Amino acid sequence: MKFLERMVNLDRRFIYLALVVVVALPLILKLVLPIRVSEPVREAYRSIEDLPSGSTVMVSIDYDASSEPELQPMLLSVLRHCFAKRHKVVLLGQWALGLPFGEIGLNKVSGEFNSRAQSSADSILYGRDFVNLGYRPGARALIVGLGREFRDFFSADYRGTPVDSLPLMRGVRNYNNIDLLVGLEAGQAGDEWIQFAGARYGLKIIIGGTGVIAPDMFHYLQAGQIKGLVGGLQGAAEYETLVRHHGTGVAGMVAQSTAHILILVFIVMGNIAYFVLKGRKKS
Amino acid sequence: MKKEIPLLITFVTGVIIVIAFFIPHQPFGRMQEKLLIWYSIVLGFTLLLGVDSLVRSNLTKISRRQPGWGYAVVLMAGFLICLVAGIASLVKYSSIIALNGPFMYVYTYIIVPLQATMFSLLAFFIASAAYRAFRARTLEASLLLLTAALVMIGRVPVGAEIWRGLPAIQDWIMEIPQMAAKRGIFIGIALGTIAMSLRVILGLERTYLS
Repeated sequence: MKFLERMVNLDRRFIYLALVVVVALPLILKLVLPIRVSEPVREAYRSIEDLPSGSTVMVSIDYDASSEPELQPMLLSVLRHCFAKRHKVVLLGQWALGLPFGEIGLNKVSGEFNSRAQSSADSILYGRDFVNLGYRPGARALIVGLGREFRDFFSADYRGTPVDSLPLMRGVRNYNNIDLLVGLEAGQAGDEWIQFAGARYGLKIIIGGTGVIAPDMFHYLQAGQIKGLVGGLQGAAEYETLVRHHGTGVAGMVAQSTAHILILVFIVMGNIAYFVLKGRKKS
Repeated sequence: MKKEIPLLITFVTGVIIVIAFFIPHQPFGRMQEKLLIWYSIVLGFTLLLGVDSLVRSNLTKISRRQPGWGYAVVLMAGFLICLVAGIASLVKYSSIIALNGPFMYVYTYIIVPLQATMFSLLAFFIASAAYRAFRARTLEASLLLLTAALVMIGRVPVGAEIWRGLPAIQDWIMEIPQMAAKRGIFIGIALGTIAMSLRVILGLERTYLS
């Protein structure tokens, strides 16, 4: 009886400690589990894979540090995929504090490609193969406005370089010149891209969302309003598997698995103790 | 006139935006574009207003030694460090987010770890709350618990290792029952938003004026 009462009133610090252990151990030991690729992620992958080489892909960074573990691996995988297919990448952001992640991602992935490049033609160069337009306030006003003319909002890139002096941007005036949008979402911006850029201008969209956002995107996927969905760290791990470049997505899946199991164990333990005590009190 | 003019502006603006959504041709398309650019400019200025409000309220708190004034000092220090680092990056590297600039140093080594830490705490609260509060007291609670357990275990790779059918069950839950419930909620939200928007445009809802 005392044991059960102790279980029901278990000090929360034991729960915290158990969680730290089950999350930290797989990361320290670098354990890996096989990743099953789900259909929504495969569809997102195909959307980029099936574009003709040299297509223009716009990436919107709509997250900040709190969602970085889930969404940054997606950004890196999408950039690796785009650059491998020689697609052009136009990056912008609706979250001011998220944009540095875009810059970090672009530098990291372009650096990987450039370290293997034999010539300028093989390299991934700023202005020719990718640009970072930066952040502008405006949310849905920005999304609708870009459908008419990018220069109304982005006359210069994040460094202040006029966009007309960047070879890639000379051919980009509005959504007619964008072949695919990849929205990396931790909030409402994903809905706004779909409802305004997608529904009104017919822009083809795939969404990478946090585990919290992803369930809200399934109805867009079923309705065909988005072409693919990469959800949560699991989605990131699946995309990393598809582009054959394991990163923090795959690395984090064992820790997430053990954390989920631990929480389930806690729920079962809590319920057993609760019902046994309740039954004894009744009797 | 204090109420009539704002009501008229709201009515005209709302009607233009609604018409332009369905008829994006001239003259409505052009009018909508102008309004959206104004909206972006106003939104930019609201950021300045936010900064002004933040600085004023925290400086007042510090000068009057109100409860929690120490936190206000930390906040103001953080604000000033970010501001100085941002300006220094802009002057030296022509960009706030230049990777080797001082702002990115502050961003990478202070802002990111702090935000990540705040968000990571959720995992601990969820684990503790699940243990204490997630009880199968009723049929509905039991169904919710079972569904949550299946999704949690089917969503991660270990689920497929335990039983290959778990990911398929998780997919089915997410794509059928979850979607049905979400659609109902979203349709309700959309209808409510339309009704409220009409009330604002027609001047029946005036609480935003006070």
